[in-house]
Amino acid sequence: MRLVILDNYDLASEWAAKYICNRIIQFKPGQDRYFTLGLPTGSTPLGCYKKLIEYHKNGDLSFKYVKTFNMDEYVGLPRNHPESYHSYMWNNFFKHIDIDPSNAHILDGNATDLQAECDAFEKKIKEAGGIDLFVGGIGPDGHIAFNEPGSSLVSRTRLKTLAMDTILANAKYFDGDLSKVPTMALTVGVGTVMDAREVMILITGAHKAFALYKAIEEGVNHMWTVSAFQQHPRTIFVCDEDATLELRVKTVKYFKGLMHVHNKLVDPLYSMKEGN
Amino acid sequence: MRGGQDSVRAPVLRFTNCRLLRAGKLLREDLWVREGRILDPEKLFFDEQRLADQQRDCGGCILAPGFIDVQINGGFGVDFSQATEDVGSGVALVAQKILAHGVTSFCPTLVTSPPEVYHKVLPHIPVKRGGPHGAGVLGVHLEGPFISQQKRGAHPEAHLRSFEANAFKDVLATYGCLDNVCILTLAPELDRSHEVIRELTALGIRVSLGHSVADLQMAEKAVQSGATFITHLFNAMLPFHHRDPGIVGLLTSDQVPAGRCVFYGMIADGIHTNPAALRIAHRAHPQGLVLVTDAIPALGLGNGRHTLGQQVVEVDELSAYVAGTTTLCGSIAPMDVCVRNFLEATGCSLESALEAASLHPAQLLGLEECKGTLDFGADADFVLLDDALHVQATYISGELVWQAEVARP
Repeated sequence: MRLVILDNYDLASEWAAKYICNRIIQFKPGQDRYFTLGLPTGSTPLGCYKKLIEYHKNGDLSFKYVKTFNMDEYVGLPRNHPESYHSYMWNNFFKHIDIDPSNAHILDGNATDLQAECDAFEKKIKEAGGIDLFVGGIGPDGHIAFNEPGSSLVSRTRLKTLAMDTILANAKYFDGDLSKVPTMALTVGVGTVMDAREVMILITGAHKAFALYKAIEEGVNHMWTVSAFQQHPRTIFVCDEDATLELRVKTVKYFKGLMHVHNKLVDPLYSMKEGN
Repeated sequence: MRGGQDSVRAPVLRFTNCRLLRAGKLLREDLWVREGRILDPEKLFFDEQRLADQQRDCGGCILAPGFIDVQINGGFGVDFSQATEDVGSGVALVAQKILAHGVTSFCPTLVTSPPEVYHKVLPHIPVKRGGPHGAGVLGVHLEGPFISQQKRGAHPEAHLRSFEANAFKDVLATYGCLDNVCILTLAPELDRSHEVIRELTALGIRVSLGHSVADLQMAEKAVQSGATFITHLFNAMLPFHHRDPGIVGLLTSDQVPAGRCVFYGMIADGIHTNPAALRIAHRAHPQGLVLVTDAIPALGLGNGRHTLGQQVVEVDELSAYVAGTTTLCGSIAPMDVCVRNFLEATGCSLESALEAASLHPAQLLGLEECKGTLDFGADADFVLLDDALHVQATYISGELVWQAEVARP
């Protein structure tokens, strides 16, 4: 893996956005060649989305030939509920960019047949040629998407019941009222994300530090599902200083020492303006 | 509901680079319009999977719901209370001229007049949608003749009436037809007023208290019978007294039925109301404040003599008096001037000032789902304003109907 450590949240968000920007532009997307991006929700990626929007507004990055697949969506929450992941993606990303609405895929948590909805999602990913870059986050319990502790590391898109840790973590979005938090969600599986050609996990904040430690310094374990990516050929973990608080000094020093190599991935920052 | 397939193909306009007034706040959001109504872009994205067809850059302006003037007696030489040969043209002229002041809907107001005038004029002022031709007519505001002799102000004494004989039948006989009427100002101390108020309310007409010497108790009874508005607060009514607040006391009355709001018009032309009085009213009951112009035919014409109904009026700079007296009779400040005066006098937020001229009059008339708001589904009647609230452009049903001249180099 690459472990990219930045001083703070803003720098980590910027590094991640630059990386995504460069990957899309270097791919040279076009009419018959779409770049497929897997996307997360939550508070961690907000800074990254803001930077991507900035690059778009500056004319440096277009999402016209990008297809997106979100990781998850709550079950039973109306699509226009302010806390649904559809609302999140619209308000924090889609409404600010030029993506074609038919290329923005999010699981429908109100489908009549939820498993059929999940199977159809897997099919859409396959038809799009697989995911080029899957961006994700990590839960305090080490989960990727809603693959809660105990999820199979080869799981596919399916319905999951949320663990108490996750419900507690999400309560802040529902006026702190636990009874209002949805208890089930549709989520891509660990296996689904593992199929992506490249994976980037964003981890910021001290409250995620223990999960990061478990994910990269301990073994592959279905109780900490992000650990599965130890077996993926191309994973990048982008984090801030606070997220490294539970790691060994040796680990942190090693990867910090590699920053000059990591930075070559984002510098120079490409632009679609130059007619790349 | 608009036709399904056709509306799906209709072009979508996106107004960007603006600050929208929504839910009492100015937010950096885009306004999406289709077929003259405000559209929910999230639904458009996920359900119809469509983007906007055209974009309009609003230059960083404030985008607020179009102003609604519920008390305007005429303007630009037109007097709504005159039974001219072509009433329709007069209304149309005013409707077109007020677009420049950000007004997208209004209630032509008729002052106390003899029955012949009402019978002749009212049928020619129908409710009408706005457009490039002018602001929309929401209905007529009848101010008088069932008002107090003592507080008649500029209304001609000879044509005042009462309905003590036949109550509502007298009302109908006087006006002829109430089909196009949406607001009626009367004095509740007149005998049998409560029967009249109840009948008018049942017809959906908003009853307003004004030109009256009613005490608070009488005013409260009137509200309980259905009255929901006060015509130009402070003017033409008893002054506030600490043991009998009169009509002014309705602003803080505890006898107003639950769930109802008493709205009150205020003329913020800098003449009719002292700024301190404006502030007292605003602080006591901000949600009920409705800015009105009470504009007279001299609006937009300059100094000199003009007519208003059966009276002659003298205009001198910003004030208008009944000729030869010190009695104020309406104002000549247009709506956008009133909004700016109000903002400055009260020191209130931009959002408050804008709502007083749009949302509140819409709520008074029960039209808040489609007028006076930028909520999804509402009519796309709006104004672009600079930070000092000068009107830059006016839109009705999403179409540009007026634009400020851009200085040429």
